[in-house]
Amino acid sequence: MNGSSLSPQSDKSMTNLTELTIAEMQAGLRTGDFSSRELVQAALDRLSKVEPALHAFLYIASEEALAAAAEADKKRKSVGATGQFPLLGIPIAVKDVLTVEDLPCTAGSKILEGYVPPFTATSVTRLKDAGAVIIGKTNNDEFAMGSSTEHSAYGYTHNPWDLTRVPGGSSGGSAASVAARCVPAALGTDTGGSVRQPASLCGVTGLKTTYGRVSRFGLIAFGSSLDTVGALGRTAEDVAQIFSAMAGRDELDATSADMPVPEINFDGDALRGLKIGVPKEYFISGIQPEVEEKTRTAIQQLKELGAEIREISLPHTEYALPVYYIIAPAEASANLARFDGIRYGPRVDADNLWDVFFKTRGQKFGPEATRRIMIGTYALSTGYYDAYYGQAQKVRTLIKQDFEAAFRDVDLIAAPTAPETAFKIGEHVDDPLAMYLEDVFTLPASLAGVPGISFNCGFDKNHLPIGLQLIGPYFREDLLLRVTHAYQQVTDWHKQSPKL
Amino acid sequence: MALTLKEVEHIARLARLELTGEQKELYREQLSAILDYMAKLRELDTKDVLPTAGGGLTQMILREDELRPSLPKDALLKNAPKSEDDQFKIPPVFE
Repeated sequence: MNGSSLSPQSDKSMTNLTELTIAEMQAGLRTGDFSSRELVQAALDRLSKVEPALHAFLYIASEEALAAAAEADKKRKSVGATGQFPLLGIPIAVKDVLTVEDLPCTAGSKILEGYVPPFTATSVTRLKDAGAVIIGKTNNDEFAMGSSTEHSAYGYTHNPWDLTRVPGGSSGGSAASVAARCVPAALGTDTGGSVRQPASLCGVTGLKTTYGRVSRFGLIAFGSSLDTVGALGRTAEDVAQIFSAMAGRDELDATSADMPVPEINFDGDALRGLKIGVPKEYFISGIQPEVEEKTRTAIQQLKELGAEIREISLPHTEYALPVYYIIAPAEASANLARFDGIRYGPRVDADNLWDVFFKTRGQKFGPEATRRIMIGTYALSTGYYDAYYGQAQKVRTLIKQDFEAAFRDVDLIAAPTAPETAFKIGEHVDDPLAMYLEDVFTLPASLAGVPGISFNCGFDKNHLPIGLQLIGPYFREDLLLRVTHAYQQVTDWHKQSPKL
Repeated sequence: MALTLKEVEHIARLARLELTGEQKELYREQLSAILDYMAKLRELDTKDVLPTAGGGLTQMILREDELRPSLPKDALLKNAPKSEDDQFKIPPVFE
C-alpha cells in the first residue's frame, strides 16, 4: 500500500500541482507560488498522460480553460482579495449531463450527438461566478442511467485503481478524474447513487445533496423527483467549498428549496455526543465481507471520536430497489420523450413525421435508456398504473417514513455505500438486475430525498477502495461534511492515490 | 410474469421506439425478469398509505407569471437537424 505513487516525471513541479487539494491550491495562488494558468496547464498535462488509459472525459476544453485561467490570474491581480471569488482559478470538471454554454454536451447518448447547449446549468454558473475554471465534460452512463459508466455510448471509463475494472456510475468519469488527480473536484449528479457509488469505487469523497438543495436547471432530466447535483473531491473540505458555491434557491428551478445555506465550519468537535444509527438492513448476506469489515471498523473509529453508535432499523429498505426501478424509469420515459430528432441531436430521415420519431429514437437510444423507457412506459400505461407506479409511490412514502422515524432517534446514519468494490468491466453489463443491485444501499436515501456522502474507509485485498456512506436529515449536508472531515483528520485513506 | 411479444410491441409503440426483432425478444426476456422483481411490492398492504408526490420536502415555488427575455431564436435553432426561415423543419404531417 503505497500512498502518493506517481511515476517520476521530468517536470516535477507540474506533477505536484495536480496532487494539491483545492485548499492547497488556494493557498499557493494567494502566496503567488503558482498561477491559475499553471494549475490548469498541469491538469491538462496530467490529462494528456492518463486520459488514453482512463477515458474519463467526453470533451476537454483546453483552450477555453487556459483562457479562463489567464482571466482568473488577471482578476486576482486587479481585485486582490478573493472573498467574492473563493474558487478563483481552480480547475473543475463537470459531468456531461450538466450543460455548459458552447461546450458539446451529449449526456453520453448518441441521441444528443453534436449538441452544443446555448445555456449553462445554474450549478455550473455559480461555480464560474465563484471563479472556477471548467476543464471539460466527464463521461457518464447514457442519461445517467447506470452504475458502471459502461452504458455511455462513447465508450466506458476505466477505474484508476485497476484499469480492468469499472469506476462505478453514473458519474464514473467525474470520480475517475478526481481519483487520478486530473482535477481536484468535479460535479456529479445522483438520482439513485450516481455520485456516492462511483465515489466509493474510486476512493474519493462524493456528496449527494438534499433533493432541491442545488438547482436542477441545466441538468438533463432523468428522474425529476430524484435528480440531485452533487460534488466529488478528495477531501470533505474541498467538497464543502463546491457545495457552498452552488447550493441555494434558484428561481429557474421551481423545486429548488428556499432554505438558507449555512456556512460550514470545520472547527470544533463534530462527533462529540453525536448519535449515529447503523441500520441492520444494510449489512445483509451477499455483501462482500471486506466491505462489511472495513465499514464496521470505520464506524468504530467514529465512536472513538466521540459518537454514540446505535443499531437501528429501516424496515422497508428491501423495497427500495423495486420502488426505484419503477419510479425512475417512469419519470425517465416522460423526460426522454423530448428526444425525437426535431429540435436537437441527429435525425434519422424518413418520409413522414411518425417514422422520424420511431427511427431516430429506435436507433439513437442505447440499450439501457431503451430498457428504462420501456419499463417506465409500461408502468405508466393504462391498466398497469395503479399496480406499478401507484403502488411504488405508496411504498416510497413508507421508505421516507423509515428515515423520518430514524432521525427522531439518531443524528446520522452510517452504512456501506455499495455492496462490493469495483467490479470487472463487462461483469454485469448484460444482466440489468445484477447491475441494479449495485445501487441497493444508495437508493433509499434518493427515494426519501435526504443527503448522503461517501468517502474512502479502506481497501480490499485487491487494493480497491471501500466507501463508508453517511446519510443525514434533510438539508444537513453540513453535518455530513463535518463528520467526514473529522474522520479524514485521523485517517489517511483519502490521501492515497492510484498508480497510473 | 412473462410479457408477450405483442405486449412488447405495444409498449414500444407507446414509447415511439422502432425495435428490431432481436431487440423485441431481448427486451421481452429482460423486462419480464425485471417486472417479476417488481412484484415484490405487492407484499405490502398500502391501503392507508398516501402516495409520495415529488421529491424530498420540496414545495413548488412558482415565479410571477411575467414576460421575460428568452434565448434568441438562432441560439435555439442552431442545434436543429433541419430548420428554415426561423422554424424547425419536419416532414409532412398530413398528405
